[in-house]
Amino acid sequence: MSKYLLNKFLYTVDRDPELVERYREDPKGTVEWWEAERANVILNVPGAERSTWLRFDDVERQALAAHDYQKLFELGAHPFLALTLFIAMFERDYTEPLAFQREYAVRLSHFTLPYPDIST
Amino acid sequence: MATVAAVIASTHHPFYYRASTSTGADRPAFADEWVAKITSFRETLTRANPDVVVLVGSDHFHQIWLDNMPQFLVGKAPFYDANWYNEEREFGLPKMFFTGQENLSAHILRDGLDAGFDLAFSNELRIDHSVTCPMITLRPEADLPIVPIYTNIFAPPLPQPKRYVQLGQMIRDVVESWPSDKRVAIIGTGHLSLELGGPRQFGPHGPDPEFDRKAVDWIASGDIEKALGEVSLESLWEPGNATHGFLDFMLMMGVAGAGEKADYVDSLDLFHTMEAYFTWYPKGGGQA
Repeated sequence: MSKYLLNKFLYTVDRDPELVERYREDPKGTVEWWEAERANVILNVPGAERSTWLRFDDVERQALAAHDYQKLFELGAHPFLALTLFIAMFERDYTEPLAFQREYAVRLSHFTLPYPDIST
Repeated sequence: MATVAAVIASTHHPFYYRASTSTGADRPAFADEWVAKITSFRETLTRANPDVVVLVGSDHFHQIWLDNMPQFLVGKAPFYDANWYNEEREFGLPKMFFTGQENLSAHILRDGLDAGFDLAFSNELRIDHSVTCPMITLRPEADLPIVPIYTNIFAPPLPQPKRYVQLGQMIRDVVESWPSDKRVAIIGTGHLSLELGGPRQFGPHGPDPEFDRKAVDWIASGDIEKALGEVSLESLWEPGNATHGFLDFMLMMGVAGAGEKADYVDSLDLFHTMEAYFTWYPKGGGQA
């Protein structure tokens, strides 16, 4: 299990406006492309010196491909990264201010303390 | 030697800029009260007449990432660009630009290292809303040179709470030993109880009003001992999953000094989280 790689996906997509749209429109394809092309790129390091060992397990890949932020929370993805990216993708579909954020909370309401560990 | 003209601790609510500048139907009901409180808080910095500002905050996974995560980092650059695409997207924050007080950065790094803090540094740092929000609220002209200092309150494992207090004490000592005639304000921002990306987020008030009430009392009375007695890395998960931002308030209690009562205390119970504002005028530093 790689909380780090989940976070790396959320982080690198969130900071790129084109990737935010691409992930919104084609989650499965974007996750597959990202895992093949980007997962092993060390940020701030030339592409030739990429890592060789990073990959999602099936549960992680499926959670990202399904936009399943409840599962991401359960897996210990960093909640700030997940929230920020999902707001960017889906807040626009709600008319009331903060309606998406409140629904997000409700959909996580089955979690009680202690929450899943987010240590990486 | 330099003078610490003011010590200021504050929450950093990224929605203030948008709330305070919006008009008509877009202006939230709480905006006028919030602006009034901020205007009053701003006066506490203005009257200290600072020349330089040290800004303590925490990067929100903007430039600082898990492949290379410093616990404490001092910016040492002649200039700083500020705010990020995703902060503009979510909060409507403007792009900003600051001049750095690079010789104070160098002094903090040298003396901080010699005092036993293995500080990281950055010569090219794009700063985020943890340190730009207090400039928007307290010094919207953004016309003073700065030294940004980042702490990790975000990515476990974190240092123990007492280490943040000790870092604050060191920053105070080192600024006071800076060979300069400048007046320095030390401003740091953190959180009270806060939940982000969890089931208690975006409620009608902060997730743990009882924690907030106690925390405001600790800060206002400078009761470092009590705060350290009640707060641990483990306990901070309970008031809300982003409440480790309170460690930056504890750092600022270290800057202000044990037992030092704040000269100005205010708070505002908003949706999602409580706002809190504190100013200390060190003896001989403030301009009453």
